[in-house]
Amino acid sequence: MGKKLLIQNDKVGGIHTLEVYKQHGGYASVEKALKTMTPEAIVEEVKKSGLRGRGGAGFPTGMKWSFLAKPEGVARYLVCNADESEPGTFKDRYLMEKIPHALIEGMITSSFALGAKTSYIYIRGEYFYVARILETAIEEAYAAGYLGKNILGTGYSLDLSVQVGAGAYICGEETALLESLEGKRGNPRIKPPFPAIAGLYGCPTVVNNVETIAAVVPIVMMGGDEYAKIGIGKSTGTKLISASGHINNPGVYEIELGLPVEEFIYSNEYCGGIWKNKKMKAVVAGGSSVPILPTELILKTAKGEPRLMSYESLSDGGFATGSMLGSGGFIVYDEDTSIPMNLYTFNRFYHHESCGQCSPCREGTGWMEKVAHRIVEGHGKATDIDLLWDIQKRIEGNTICPLGDAAAWPVASAIRHFRHEFEALIPKTAVAH
Amino acid sequence: MAKVTIDGHTVEVPDGTTILQAARAIGGEVAPPTMCYHSKLKTSGGYCRTCIVKVSKGSDKDPRPMPKLVASCRTTVMDGMEVQNLTSPEVVDARKGVVEFLLMNHPLDCPICDQAGECHLQDLGYQNGGEKTRFDFERRTFERKDIGDKIQLHMNRCILCYRCVKTADQITDGRCHGVMNRGDVSEISTYIEKAIDNDFSGNMIDVCPVGALTDKTFRFKSRVWFTKPMDAHRDCKKCSGKVTLWEKGDEVLRVTGRKDQWGENEEWICNDCRFEHKKTSDWTIEGPRNIDRHSVISQNHYMKLATPHFKKLDK
Amino acid sequence: MSTSTNIKFSDASMAEIQKIISRYPEGKHKSALIPILHIAQAEFDGWLSAETMDLVAATLKIQPVEVYEVASFYSMFHLAPVGNCVFDVCRTSSCWARGADDIIAHIGKKLGIKPGETTSDGMFTLKAVECLGSCGSAPMLQCGASYHENLTPEKVDALIESYRAAGKRRSYTDRDYKNTL
Repeated sequence: MGKKLLIQNDKVGGIHTLEVYKQHGGYASVEKALKTMTPEAIVEEVKKSGLRGRGGAGFPTGMKWSFLAKPEGVARYLVCNADESEPGTFKDRYLMEKIPHALIEGMITSSFALGAKTSYIYIRGEYFYVARILETAIEEAYAAGYLGKNILGTGYSLDLSVQVGAGAYICGEETALLESLEGKRGNPRIKPPFPAIAGLYGCPTVVNNVETIAAVVPIVMMGGDEYAKIGIGKSTGTKLISASGHINNPGVYEIELGLPVEEFIYSNEYCGGIWKNKKMKAVVAGGSSVPILPTELILKTAKGEPRLMSYESLSDGGFATGSMLGSGGFIVYDEDTSIPMNLYTFNRFYHHESCGQCSPCREGTGWMEKVAHRIVEGHGKATDIDLLWDIQKRIEGNTICPLGDAAAWPVASAIRHFRHEFEALIPKTAVAH
Repeated sequence: MAKVTIDGHTVEVPDGTTILQAARAIGGEVAPPTMCYHSKLKTSGGYCRTCIVKVSKGSDKDPRPMPKLVASCRTTVMDGMEVQNLTSPEVVDARKGVVEFLLMNHPLDCPICDQAGECHLQDLGYQNGGEKTRFDFERRTFERKDIGDKIQLHMNRCILCYRCVKTADQITDGRCHGVMNRGDVSEISTYIEKAIDNDFSGNMIDVCPVGALTDKTFRFKSRVWFTKPMDAHRDCKKCSGKVTLWEKGDEVLRVTGRKDQWGENEEWICNDCRFEHKKTSDWTIEGPRNIDRHSVISQNHYMKLATPHFKKLDK
Repeated sequence: MSTSTNIKFSDASMAEIQKIISRYPEGKHKSALIPILHIAQAEFDGWLSAETMDLVAATLKIQPVEVYEVASFYSMFHLAPVGNCVFDVCRTSSCWARGADDIIAHIGKKLGIKPGETTSDGMFTLKAVECLGSCGSAPMLQCGASYHENLTPEKVDALIESYRAAGKRRSYTDRDYKNTL
């Protein structure tokens, strides 16, 4: 059984209340940080911990924090990205719903470290009921003196509120999130400037994922060096994995990074194997955007080493034979799954979610959906597979924000590893374009 | 100052200059084509991706190349930067892809479009596009919307450059149109039926790079290449009064702002000048207008009238 | 600024709106736009008419077009009338893999409508939507603030009956949400 640092108490009755949360050691990091540490010292511990952004990109959190501009007399903001919308990902929802105070505690400690006096949790609109849970917890935290003016008599003041979105995957992109928080369309901004220089209301801003912020709590408590001992190599600490698809035990699991993928899929402690005694065909390991891998490549790297649940191991082999840890949205598909049909659901998704600002994504995502639809309906043309490949190539790397890449990679990987399934759907009599 | 080399031509430009501006300073084919960038509109550019270039050397300090192609209109130069536009096959190919994306849902109704002959999308397609599209689905269409008696909106032709939105935001005293919906069904609209009517709204026609916003008072009057552009001015309390008249015989068919060699307005003009002064006698004529950009117009008989102006085209 | 409207927010909604506006720095009240649109949609028949959006614009002292642009961008805002209960059924990969299409077909058959349509009695609207973050409990649907998960045709039948019996409009802002997990 691996170490758990985030959701070890998720089954404790009443853990969503401040009282029970405190009984299990809650808010100790606020006491420790605000009373015994300087903001710089906290940033240093986060750097030492090796914590990487848990939203998908895996950027070192300590480094992101140290980029934050600190001009005199200008407000700074910490914004929590709770817009969790990557298909296959539901771990932030679980954490916020079960243990809302874990996020709030992390927000207070992190806001103190960054010098933010106002912070926001931006949560996707569909999670309205989770926002209500968070709001109740925030009220408790205000009443207990963990939020508001002069927290615990330390002189540090912080206001925290929840902002709901209204249905837009793109708002998980940090600058689109900030636009949305400012009451605008969720159009990603053109960078630079990055939020660390000009973010919310033009002020220096850090945007961090829910799980990232929650992880600051154990880091402050145990120290960055101790945290870095957990996990493997540069993949330090624990990670929440959302497991879904054709497995016996779907759900959210906290794993120590470095756990073998095979153990994660087949152990009864985690996914419990493939449902209905079937065989596995493929896995999307890190949310819909990351390349899909066939069974042989998800269990072992191309070099023949066991694949591990870590940033490095999952990306071993690059996109030719590897994938990414991404958001930890782990979707398993059984032997009967149609990969082209599954791809079509992703194409439909990205087409629906493209903001429409830049032309390759706006036009290309819809085009890919149309071609994929034609293929799965059995009306594909002989050139359609190559056409799909070419469209994704022309989108990738040529858009304002990463949604373009996210739309392209599933297409490329599905064709790369399962081309035969697409070919089988093209009628033998099909003509070239 | 920063020294930047684009397709082998070196130029020195002030810090903070974009790659596009540096390329335009060199001129000719070194300057990437643009659709959504407009030099007089703040925060324009970055959307259409036609001006993408390859940065093969980041700077003298950090010579690493940039990993992806960048939008030259939104990327600032660094001292020692080396950029490839037409000399990079990767750029040429990627741009061809962008043109295909921009054209795939475009109605290609040039024969009945008033913008034909001065359309940036026509130029772009001709110079940078492929011979045919691979998009064989039904093209997207939008419901027609009436936005008043001065401006004609053809949403089917729009490429969502956002230039009209920025014009309304930055030039007029109250924007009442914008981009509605999202993704590939985004559309320019007032949402509720409403006339766009304020002193400077007509500039939205000038900034539209395609035939999505055209002058209703000029509608179907003439192909632009049969008209004669003349610079003219008048005393105007609202704007500079400096315009281009598009004449046919003695008739003024259309009044527009003056555009520079990149097809971007030099100055904004008011609706009074644009729509209400259609008589030659309203204006002091300065002489023929030099139209650098639009070949269809420049190649007309009229070009010979002003040979000195057209020196640049000779190379 | 805005066209005059004949509708007004309730006192309770106005109090909530004021509370929301107070969360942002001076002059940044436009940040309240999306939360207020949620309140407006819940209060005015489950959808955002031009009149309702104009009221929101007037409340925030912004141009109506700024409201239209935002409202039309986000998929949870309805710009046309909908039924009392909108069933948002997820159909993306994980839900698809565990039978979402069958669930959508079952609801459609049961209610006699296709995705995007509303029953003639105005009670139900069926929508096929993209990932709602419930992949581990697929298939699922959202109605108002409630997530209904691990759906089977039998569960769906019971759900329809209970919503029909309750007979009231469901909104994303509801506080009496039920999570069936």
